[in-house]
Amino acid sequence: MDGLWIWIIVACAAAYATKLLGYLVPSRLLDNPRMLRVAGAVTIGLLASLTAVNTFASGQAVVVDARIAALAAAAVALLLRAPFLVVVIVGAAAAAGTRLLGWG
Amino acid sequence: MQLKPPTPAVRIGLSVALATGLYGISFGALAVAAGLSVWQAVALSALMFTGGSQFAFIGVIAGAGAGGAAFGAATLLGVRNAVYGMQMNVMLRPRRWRRFAAAHVTIDESVAVAASQTDPAEERRGFWVAGLGVFVLWNLFTVAGALLGDALGDPAAWGLDGAAVAAFLGLLWPRLKGRDPVALAVVCAVVTVLAVPFVPAGVPILLAALAAAAWGWADRRTAPVVPATDDGGGSGTGGGPGGGIAAAARDGDPSAGGGADREPSPPRDPCLNGRPDGRGE
Repeated sequence: MDGLWIWIIVACAAAYATKLLGYLVPSRLLDNPRMLRVAGAVTIGLLASLTAVNTFASGQAVVVDARIAALAAAAVALLLRAPFLVVVIVGAAAAAGTRLLGWG
Repeated sequence: MQLKPPTPAVRIGLSVALATGLYGISFGALAVAAGLSVWQAVALSALMFTGGSQFAFIGVIAGAGAGGAAFGAATLLGVRNAVYGMQMNVMLRPRRWRRFAAAHVTIDESVAVAASQTDPAEERRGFWVAGLGVFVLWNLFTVAGALLGDALGDPAAWGLDGAAVAAFLGLLWPRLKGRDPVALAVVCAVVTVLAVPFVPAGVPILLAALAAAAWGWADRRTAPVVPATDDGGGSGTGGGPGGGIAAAARDGDPSAGGGADREPSPPRDPCLNGRPDGRGE
């Protein structure tokens, strides 16, 4: 069993424990405005960060390549209220198409 | 179960399950493109079963991050599920073993559907139909996507790295209601990009999470966490990712506001309450 498997199992256990925590702890511990705001902000911050990493990072280098076309195309698709799966396919097509044109 | 016409909550639950389950395909394909085996992708969908965290985990791995950083990002993104669990515990009052089953299917979609209902029986039906429905379809389509990704070969040639970018933007999008969330998202993206050259891969994401937590702690205007159908999809009829269910959840769930001093709810997205299954037969 390689290291990645261990992290997968540990992360899955943590995910379930987090969900169960909500059912087991007294609600006043979690249900306060500050905790709810932190949970909301962390969710947005992480998704924004993951978007940035997947667009601009290549290992430890910051690069601009075909993925920026995917980001732009996905934003347009979302503005046009496309369903999630369409957005993903549009992103893939934009990156692949840009490379086909010889850039990134 | 007897053959009765499905109630509104059942129908909403099923349509959400179908829309969300379908893009298990993209998770499966991207997981394999990130370097996971088919079985590892399947394990994440069956055992972790919370789309945002699953995408976060493979997103860190795809960026050459360490397993520990992937664990950190996935776990932090799952924190909102504890809030949902608390709300569902109050709303549904599951007993004994049902509580442990309910915990596993406590995700954005099931919580949003339950919270969109007002009758307790309908809340319960909506939660279980959406939760179990997404679970079954999400896992089936993950297998399909993983096998597809395995067969595709070179991920970059198919633009799968671009697909990952689009997926994360699609997960983020329904949460960007108003100016504050946009500012927060931009700050976290900038923090991430600035940190990339200086710390090991994966760590910039955790730094951004830290910045976001500080923001939420200090800024009293930050909206509390609400269930977007985060994994996008929404009602599946081109209604746009998430907005409808999330808006319905905000309006329908008195506990979602949590007593926080948030601004009045944004206008309801027309995609849910304009649909026939928002109402009776």
